[in-house]
Amino acid sequence: MSEITLVEAVTQALAHELKADERVMLLGEDIGTNGGVFRATAGLQERFGAARVVDTPLAETLIAGMSIGLAAQGMRPVAEIQFMGFIYPAIDQLLNHAARLRNRTCGRLSCPMVLRSPIGAGIHAPEHHSESTEALFAHIPGLRVVIPSSPARAYGLLLAAIRDPDPVVFLEPTRLYRLAKEEVPDSGDALPLDVCFVLREGKDVTLVTWGATTRETLAAADALADEGIEAEVIDVATLAPLDINTILESVGKTGRCVIAHEAARNVGVGAEIAARIADRGLLTLLSPIKRVTGYDTIVPLAKLEPTYLPTPERIAAAARETLEAA
Amino acid sequence: MRRPADASTLRLASETPPSDVAAQFEVRYTRILDADGRARAPLPEPFSDPRALTSLYEEMLALRLFDAKAVALQRTGRLGTYPSCLGQEATAIAMGRTMAREDVLLATYRETGTMLARGVRMEEIFLYWSGDERGSAYSGPEAPKQDFPICVPIATHAPQAVGVAYAMKLNREPRVAVCVVGDGATSKGDFYEALNGAGVWQLPLVFVIVNNEWAISVPRSAQTRAQTLAQKAIAAGIPGEQVDGNDVLAVHSVMQRALATARAGGGPAVIEALTYRLADHTTADDATRYRNAADLERARRLDPLVRLRQYLVRERLWSEPQEIAAREACNARVEQAVAAFLATPPREPTAMFEHLFAELPASLHEQRDAVRGRDHE
Repeated sequence: MSEITLVEAVTQALAHELKADERVMLLGEDIGTNGGVFRATAGLQERFGAARVVDTPLAETLIAGMSIGLAAQGMRPVAEIQFMGFIYPAIDQLLNHAARLRNRTCGRLSCPMVLRSPIGAGIHAPEHHSESTEALFAHIPGLRVVIPSSPARAYGLLLAAIRDPDPVVFLEPTRLYRLAKEEVPDSGDALPLDVCFVLREGKDVTLVTWGATTRETLAAADALADEGIEAEVIDVATLAPLDINTILESVGKTGRCVIAHEAARNVGVGAEIAARIADRGLLTLLSPIKRVTGYDTIVPLAKLEPTYLPTPERIAAAARETLEAA
Repeated sequence: MRRPADASTLRLASETPPSDVAAQFEVRYTRILDADGRARAPLPEPFSDPRALTSLYEEMLALRLFDAKAVALQRTGRLGTYPSCLGQEATAIAMGRTMAREDVLLATYRETGTMLARGVRMEEIFLYWSGDERGSAYSGPEAPKQDFPICVPIATHAPQAVGVAYAMKLNREPRVAVCVVGDGATSKGDFYEALNGAGVWQLPLVFVIVNNEWAISVPRSAQTRAQTLAQKAIAAGIPGEQVDGNDVLAVHSVMQRALATARAGGGPAVIEALTYRLADHTTADDATRYRNAADLERARRLDPLVRLRQYLVRERLWSEPQEIAAREACNARVEQAVAAFLATPPREPTAMFEHLFAELPASLHEQRDAVRGRDHE
């Protein structure tokens, strides 16, 4: 078996579900003949037909709203928004309709749709292509927000998202699309939603992260290991609903916590995690919780991107601080 | 380059270059009964049968009485804010009647009549406006189970209708989605995106613009410079037409045709029904602040119920005793629904956690249990 990238794992998961379930269909801009601007749907229209792999007009509200209509009729739409900068018209549809359709009809109608979009900076893309605004979506009750951080988790979590009976926003770290390869068997086995993944065990400090920053966090853990510091690394993966228990368990063991994410700090998902640790795990803490995040600025254009993004050095330094404090 | 020789050549040079007509369009308008209830044309089927006419009138009458009751219930604190549909009965009942049971309705908050005609129970509509989600559960045996709950934001349901219709077409089902919007909704991008999508895929989707002249306080004239709202369809490659929205026979006829075309694979349509909102926007509004009494009086003379009744009476199909009996029967039905609504037991406080997801995630158990009044852990 050959190794595949994260974006190829996405394609593999989409193809698997298109083949396994005729209710599954894809829609979005340039996803057909062109195979998507990141090639996530490459070859799928050819294999499954233009009626099920649909090039839509250039209209994000239509893409999101249409997905709701399809889902309510029993289809399993997987929509692609080309870049996160273009996703915001869809928030109206997600917040006002997709997330509440089941609730407001007392279960008569439901909305099993997936809205996929690339997320994050680091590929020197033009303006409006680099934001990490996952917190906007995590704030919406009734919505699942999932961010994979490896090819295998992209495959398994996307299968789970498509099979989930409720709406899922599936955010794919642009920077990881082609950065690393691993073997991902096309087994059809989904990974669980609503749980964190412990990527590395350690007893000294808990590093909580998700998405592309998982890579820098693991590098920080390597650097810390060289100094004899054993860091536990948790990939949150499903930001909403949040599996705080796995994080609390880890912090209960280590007594120290660093939360690293690429998104701006203010009212980020890191703040929610820190608040929940304070609420239920404060007395297990040996030192204050640290956050290493993007800054509360507009995400800079390409030239300053490296300054904006959390680095292994910044994450490791924060971890050392928690150890120095106690 | 040639230099202009004199003033006359200068004038010529500034004239518009020659051009041909690239495309031409027209928007039709249909009316069968005039304002006095006289038939301008032979009645379309099924109205050769007098019972079809009288039952249509009875249904419009029931809606008017239901609507008045809902306003009264709001005034006495039993309902929250309620948007009356007074004056729009013809369009609503004609839409509800012409749709097939298996079709799907996506409508705004003022389509009470369409919903009732589709089989939503009166007590459910009371429940919804009293602030109870069970009003959108459509649990009755005759209920249109796949109809969308009413759309409160403006025009956001239009792109959803495209998805519903796409699924119908993809699955080769002879069903139609009907998306009802108001005149104000036609100013929104959501509406244009939906029209465009419906046109691209030639979907079984009928848009009905219920043009009641008012988007809360903003008149139709301030909404758009376009001569008709129906013509907005043309830009999307969809036929658009107008109909007298206070003429139930005309709306019935135009709807029937559009639904049949869509069902047969002939693609989408836009129907602009010209009516008038005789009531305030909602019970929380006072329309006297922004529209004058004379205009309202003019609109009242076009009352859709009066128009059909005039026709029926003239044709000796309806009499005063029948009117009294019909009102009594309708009122009895409405009172029965009020009683059922008022007797509905309240929801459990934890109901807000039900149906949030197919299965409540473990991370939300704590909040639900807190509402339940239990200590957690």
